[in-house]
Amino acid sequence: MRVAGLTLGADFIAWLAQTFALVRKEILALVKDPANRTILFAPALMQALLFGYGATYDLTHVPYAVVDQSRSAASTELLARLDGTGVFRREAALASNAQIGDLIDSGKVLLAISIPSDFEHRLTVGDTAPIQIILDGRNSSTAGAAAGQIGAIVADYGRSLGGSPPITVERRAWYNPNLESRWTLMPAMIAALSFLQTLLLSALSVAREREQGTFDQLLVTPLGLMQILIGKAIPSILVGLIQSTIILLIIRFWFEIPMNGSYWLLYLGLVTFTAAGVGIGMSISALSLTMQQAMLYTFLLVMPLMLLSGMLTPVRNMPQILQLITYVNPLRFGIDMVRRIYLEGAVFADVALDFVPMLVVAAITLPLAAWLFRNRLA
Amino acid sequence: MSEPDITVAIEGLRKRFDAPDGKPFDAIDDISLTVRAGELTAFVGPDGAGKTTLMRMMAGLLRPDEGSLNVLGIDVRADPQSVQNRISYMPQRFGLYEDLSVQENLDLYADLHGVPQEVRRERFGRMLEMTDMARFTDRPAGKLSGGMKQKLGLACTLVRSPDLLLLDEPSVGVDPLSRRDLWKIIDQLIADEQLSVIVSTAYMDEAERCGQIFVFHHGRILADGPPDALRKRAEGLGYVADALPDRPARVLQARLIDAPDRIIDAVPKGGDVHFIRRPQCDEAALADLLSDTRVQPRDAELEDAFMLLLREHENEPAQAADDANTNKEDGDRYGTAETASPSAGERDGPVIVVRDLVRKFGDFTAVASTSFDVQRGEIFGLLGPNGAGKTTTFRMLCGLLPATSGHLEVAGVDLRTARAKARARIGYVSQKFALYGNLSVRENLEFFAGAYGLRGERKRERVKAVIAQFDLDASAQSGILPVGYKQRLAMAAGLLHEPDILFLDEPTSGIDPLARRAFWRTITSLAQGGVTIIITTHFMEEAEYCDRIAIQDAGELLALGTPAEVREQAGDDASDMNEAFIAIVEQNRARQTNEKVAA
Repeated sequence: MRVAGLTLGADFIAWLAQTFALVRKEILALVKDPANRTILFAPALMQALLFGYGATYDLTHVPYAVVDQSRSAASTELLARLDGTGVFRREAALASNAQIGDLIDSGKVLLAISIPSDFEHRLTVGDTAPIQIILDGRNSSTAGAAAGQIGAIVADYGRSLGGSPPITVERRAWYNPNLESRWTLMPAMIAALSFLQTLLLSALSVAREREQGTFDQLLVTPLGLMQILIGKAIPSILVGLIQSTIILLIIRFWFEIPMNGSYWLLYLGLVTFTAAGVGIGMSISALSLTMQQAMLYTFLLVMPLMLLSGMLTPVRNMPQILQLITYVNPLRFGIDMVRRIYLEGAVFADVALDFVPMLVVAAITLPLAAWLFRNRLA
Repeated sequence: MSEPDITVAIEGLRKRFDAPDGKPFDAIDDISLTVRAGELTAFVGPDGAGKTTLMRMMAGLLRPDEGSLNVLGIDVRADPQSVQNRISYMPQRFGLYEDLSVQENLDLYADLHGVPQEVRRERFGRMLEMTDMARFTDRPAGKLSGGMKQKLGLACTLVRSPDLLLLDEPSVGVDPLSRRDLWKIIDQLIADEQLSVIVSTAYMDEAERCGQIFVFHHGRILADGPPDALRKRAEGLGYVADALPDRPARVLQARLIDAPDRIIDAVPKGGDVHFIRRPQCDEAALADLLSDTRVQPRDAELEDAFMLLLREHENEPAQAADDANTNKEDGDRYGTAETASPSAGERDGPVIVVRDLVRKFGDFTAVASTSFDVQRGEIFGLLGPNGAGKTTTFRMLCGLLPATSGHLEVAGVDLRTARAKARARIGYVSQKFALYGNLSVRENLEFFAGAYGLRGERKRERVKAVIAQFDLDASAQSGILPVGYKQRLAMAAGLLHEPDILFLDEPTSGIDPLARRAFWRTITSLAQGGVTIIITTHFMEEAEYCDRIAIQDAGELLALGTPAEVREQAGDDASDMNEAFIAIVEQNRARQTNEKVAA
């Protein structure tokens, strides 16, 4: 028994050494190419900064026009509160409602506030005093956000007048107290940005060797399919993790978004997620005969995966059938997992369900790729 | 310069390139030559000698750095367009549009060259007739065989009638039959249109047809003149020796080529050994090499003169190193060439068994019912035109492609289904010497050593051994090595784990003659050491090194046996393998036509 165990152990070490030779070769080939070196890490850095600054739904400097027919102390007070938030910028003071149309059409203002002449009078007699807001609905999310904000300011003003309304809403946004969209978007980038690159990298890995004829050379060595798979997958997963780390560092220390969860759990999730991505990439690669084909398939796949990930639009808003499809999209669960661990400090029990679909995808695509290595008909 | 009988006049021409390692070198180093009109002129020389660079400069595609270059009386530097209007140039890889049909390719090139409609019909008809492709006008160019593609390339080059035709290695990678057809077309054009043709070639029998030959080496011209004048240089140096009794001719050939101080060149040919001695070494000095065989003088051939020129200009120190390595390697593992030769009786059953092997792609049969055995320590050659099924057979043997039906066994197993470990017994050198280009020589070798399960001391030892054996520079980046070195690196990688069986797919294509001699010397000593060698080649004369060969055409096995048996099967007038090959393929094609007619 002891002897059998020993040879089994020796066999396993030999197996590992063989696989390691391939891992080493893959990493060398990756870093020795100067073009590769920059492509691997510069885009992650650049995109993280770009998304951090560029992609935001938060309102700042919303241009608006005002038609103040009341010209009273009350209306001046209300408008002063509006300007005081720093969110709104008064572009024009108009004489009549008829002038609003042009300004909104030309996009000079996003909204117009119309205060009727009896505004102060109604307030003093204790009546309801309606004011009108006209919004540019061509951009629904911004318009909605602006209207909400004005509503809050007006309600606030109403309360200050003493007439306390029967129900008030106290808003407390958990995990993102100021509801900054950067906080929602950036942690998702830890998964999303590295996903694109690892997918492409793994999609090219086998296709490149097929194109250059080295894949045959690899197949005639005693390396098993599992070994080739592992040898090719590990470098891609490593690159994905390094990219995720770069983005994580930028988010944590440059944009200073606080991390609430465990780094261990985050990385466990990222390994699972990247493995699923690499599995998809390797399957594409094993199917493609040339690098061009692999690239094409990858781009064909990336757009739907991004759209159906819930990164930009919530999955629950999608039609039922699309929601079902999102279950095979590792990006959806990767993003969900990262967001929850990062912002909410979720523990394993909270995000365990996110792991299941990612593991299933990895468990199907990785062996599929290995099978395709040899059985893809030339 | 405007003498009517001079087509090309070159004076002090120089072209400098940056080598991949950053150092500049002269691809064309102070060349002067004149080419006469209405004549066939050959540029011969090993790869990288400057033939292609010179042709591209003559076609106005590259600017010379120094010197004057007149083509058809026009200064190419000053006015490349008017030269291009009057010449036709066929590059090594002609730009056929693979998705367009034969006819559409012809139309396209006629459009590009502005050939008037009324001329086209006659010209196309003639081209299609000469290339024997009238039946295939609707077929996409991508679906033609290699030889047919080359013929179509020539037809497209000749959609108009040029004053000068430049052909850059038109027959490289083309089988003997297609090669013969190509030359028929060229001969006919010269006869009909008094065309001036410059052709670069690696084949001496092609150079022999030309009126004037220029021998290039390292960007210089080593010699020039008509074939007879060149041949005279090797006059009196050539001999034929009988092969040693009961030994393949390559045994004696190896002995001779291992004595480079006395012997310029030796090749097995027609069952004998043809060799040439160094001029400064007289016959008496050869006695000890040839004590056990019969030697007769023979007439000099062009190839002899070519080898003589190359050897004389070879870098002497590098040569010495090569020889030392060859000898050391013999001593190390394989014993000297002539000891321990396993005779046929001692061999212990076939190492490779192929029975009724079939491979189909859709309704196309790439390999039709093929059977053969290969014995241990045998050199087995698979010969055939491009697209004959060699590579498909090869890939099935290596387990890279499943067979449609039939039985195959390599070292007792089917490599496709056997455990991965079984593959440790074979070595494989692929057609393009596929290696990882951005890794260094050492990194490539270390990877393959690791992949073959070598570790620790043994790995270090083997990597060091093959680097020495093949005289490689360990730190060089493998992607920018010259093709000869790539081949050596691929061989080194294939032999790291000392396999019992070595598969070589077209290992000598694109390799110059000196490197080919060295390559075959390695192969013969491997076989001597009991390694079984399976090799594909389109150089028919290389079949002479093999113990047995199989000839395939259109997927069918046409001949199988020793080179002598195959020559016999071909009939009386087949003096060398080239002719034997053509005869056998033609006999088969004629038989098939007869069968069709009968049916």
